[in-house]
Amino acid sequence: MLVPVQERLRQDIEGWIKSNGGDRSSLLPVLQEVQKKYSRISDYAMQVIADLLDIHPVEVHGVVSFYSFLKEAHKGRFEIRLCRTISCDMAGRDRVARQLENELGITFGETTPDGRFSLEWANCVGMCDQGPALLVNEQVFTCVTPEKVHDILAHFKKMMDINVFQQAEEH
Amino acid sequence: MSDKSDTKQAASRAPVSQRAFTVEKPKDTTGIGSQVSITIDDREIKVPVGATILDAAKELGIHIPTLCFHDDLCVAGVCRVCVVEVEGQRTLQAACAYPVTAPINVKTHTRKVRQARRHVVDLLLSKHYGECYACVRNNNCELQSLAKEYGVDHFRFGHPDAPIYDPDESSYSVHRDMNKCVLCRRCVRTCIDLQEVGVLDAAHRGVESRIETFLDKPLADVVCINCGQCVNRCPTGALKANDPTDDVWAAIDDPAKHVVIQTAPSPRAGVGECFGLEPGIPLTLEMNTALRRCGFDRVFDTNFTADLTIIEEGTELIQRLHTALVQKEPVALPQFTSCSPGWVKFIEHFYPEMLPNLSSAKSPQQMFGAIIKTYYAKVNNLDPKDIVSVALMPCSAKKFECNRPEMNDSGYKDVDYGLTTRELARMISEAGIHLPEVPKSPFDDPFGQETGSGVIFGASGGVMEAALRSVIELVCGIKVEDLYDHADIIPVRGFEGVKYAEITVPDVGPVPDILAHLVPNWDWLKGATLKVGVCHGTANAKKVLDDIRAGGKFSECHFIEFMACPGGCLGGGGQPIPTTAEIRAARARAIYSEDDRSEVRKSHENPAVLELYGKFLTDGPCGEMSHKLLHTGYVPRGKYIP
Repeated sequence: MLVPVQERLRQDIEGWIKSNGGDRSSLLPVLQEVQKKYSRISDYAMQVIADLLDIHPVEVHGVVSFYSFLKEAHKGRFEIRLCRTISCDMAGRDRVARQLENELGITFGETTPDGRFSLEWANCVGMCDQGPALLVNEQVFTCVTPEKVHDILAHFKKMMDINVFQQAEEH
Repeated sequence: MSDKSDTKQAASRAPVSQRAFTVEKPKDTTGIGSQVSITIDDREIKVPVGATILDAAKELGIHIPTLCFHDDLCVAGVCRVCVVEVEGQRTLQAACAYPVTAPINVKTHTRKVRQARRHVVDLLLSKHYGECYACVRNNNCELQSLAKEYGVDHFRFGHPDAPIYDPDESSYSVHRDMNKCVLCRRCVRTCIDLQEVGVLDAAHRGVESRIETFLDKPLADVVCINCGQCVNRCPTGALKANDPTDDVWAAIDDPAKHVVIQTAPSPRAGVGECFGLEPGIPLTLEMNTALRRCGFDRVFDTNFTADLTIIEEGTELIQRLHTALVQKEPVALPQFTSCSPGWVKFIEHFYPEMLPNLSSAKSPQQMFGAIIKTYYAKVNNLDPKDIVSVALMPCSAKKFECNRPEMNDSGYKDVDYGLTTRELARMISEAGIHLPEVPKSPFDDPFGQETGSGVIFGASGGVMEAALRSVIELVCGIKVEDLYDHADIIPVRGFEGVKYAEITVPDVGPVPDILAHLVPNWDWLKGATLKVGVCHGTANAKKVLDDIRAGGKFSECHFIEFMACPGGCLGGGGQPIPTTAEIRAARARAIYSEDDRSEVRKSHENPAVLELYGKFLTDGPCGEMSHKLLHTGYVPRGKYIP
């Protein structure tokens, strides 16, 4: 039987809230679960969460807009975040950044037209001794050089081709 | 009365980060060890443990400037204007958020403190776009006063030379201009904690943070109830009421238009504050003269329709009780009052399934609008299309209410413009009139006779008191004075957030003529206990509605008064700024003193109301004619935004 997407979203959120304690302190874990399964946090999801936690949707929106790792809109399947803080900068992040832009054909803040990659800045990923560092989704890459950038992207493009039928569900 | 809760309790749902600063103050301050000594600027005082430095300074009469701090709201400590030097602390501390738990030595105006405060003000101004003389809050702005106090003579950290955001003027009631916002979050705490509406919150991070509605939608598209409490608490001009004074002046200047104004009780108690008077000095009759000098053709008293509301709503209650008790049919009880348009929109959004409980009677403002364009037009041989009906209200939600599409039962827009107390004060000043000095004059006929019952609509519990005065006399056939000294029904008065009272019907009298067409006798009410509730502020309304949903004490009530604003209409979103508990109490005293002075103090004795039923609404209260003109329906809006 086909369950409407919104109904399924609501059921999922109910379950996550239950398993995370049920009060307003479960807000962040629930938001992370929503994003993991649905790849973004939609307006409707925010309102359902607010309703079930007995807080206001605007408070949920305040939290979602505060954290860079929570997103309202769809972005690339793989989000690349390059650290722009001082030690990575001194270790040569400019060359890495140029290489990323050239390889992907987009600038920072954009997503590739095929929806595979998006490019963002990050403020310190805690790898200052091994800069330049970047994140691809939750995976950390350190001591990145322009040559390495090519390998990293090739790796994820390959992964994407294998898992083409297992993309995150969208709503 | 058993259920007492203060409006401040609403702060308990404040985010945990803010709750940490909210210190529970011990109630008993006489016990050993519950007092602590604090030295501020070499002056010593003993305060209860947990009192803040700001509290102590106030008691000593030492001025510490504040911006994000507000008496009605929980502590935020975000603006840092109130910083002071505390001996032994490395950094400056915010006086409003520093609870005194051990003896400390505080300095409030050292060089370090003065410099820090000056920098804070300079930083606030560096993001505050706007010219003071083109601002509605000119001379009544807390940021402006701070800049003056700290001698700001240039913009040290720059000043925006162009607006960054488009003002949001989508709402009929409240306009937002985020260019003037200083991110003090008073509106956020008002909307979320005090009113439980949750329209505004801080969004984004760092320099990009700003106060936003859900998804930054226009105010007209979100769950805003238009109560305007955020406007009353905004320290700058970022939030203001929609101002129709230009249109009102245009109508006055048009000789073809017959411009009438109705004035509600609460603005009279507050308008003096706009002219530099102490709060609590009523200027009812002075205002009549000033309005005529401004050019209004007729000045009417909304108390007339307040009395009419009591008759209509009371009759509706009797009908519902009759259905439930005699015909034994299911009917929505308790009945909720419908005078407060903010409250009406609140229930439409958040509790749409309880709309059948809401009285179908219009608010006094809308009843008057409908009567003016029908009865009054007929009596005076006027064409309703030439009448411009203006309402002076303490309320910003009334502006939305008069623009509801269903409010045109007279065939025209029942009320054309809603003015707030502040806007009227500006009009009076613009006409060159200093209100406290003008002579007194009465209201115009045919609705001139005012009653005390109508006046007290302005205070929380007033509608209930007025209703009870009439119900007791009409049903029991006795004088209210026999039950309550001087007809003052004290159990429903006061500023507790939620009030509950029970009144037993001692004996029943004959059915009065005005209700004879509805019930044959009162025998079915003999010995019954009338249970009533009163609450003000929508956070308290939420508590009562949740209690009803859970089948608690209030689900057994018969009649509950709801007011959207803390304190009732006298604390409304259109009243003079600032507002505090003391100011509201002073306004309440003014209102009850007016009631005390009235010759007629009960709605059903108002001769103008009786005349209206005799001549115009001839099929009586809740009859066909009154249902057409004086009653309305509601829209279940829900809280989900598409």
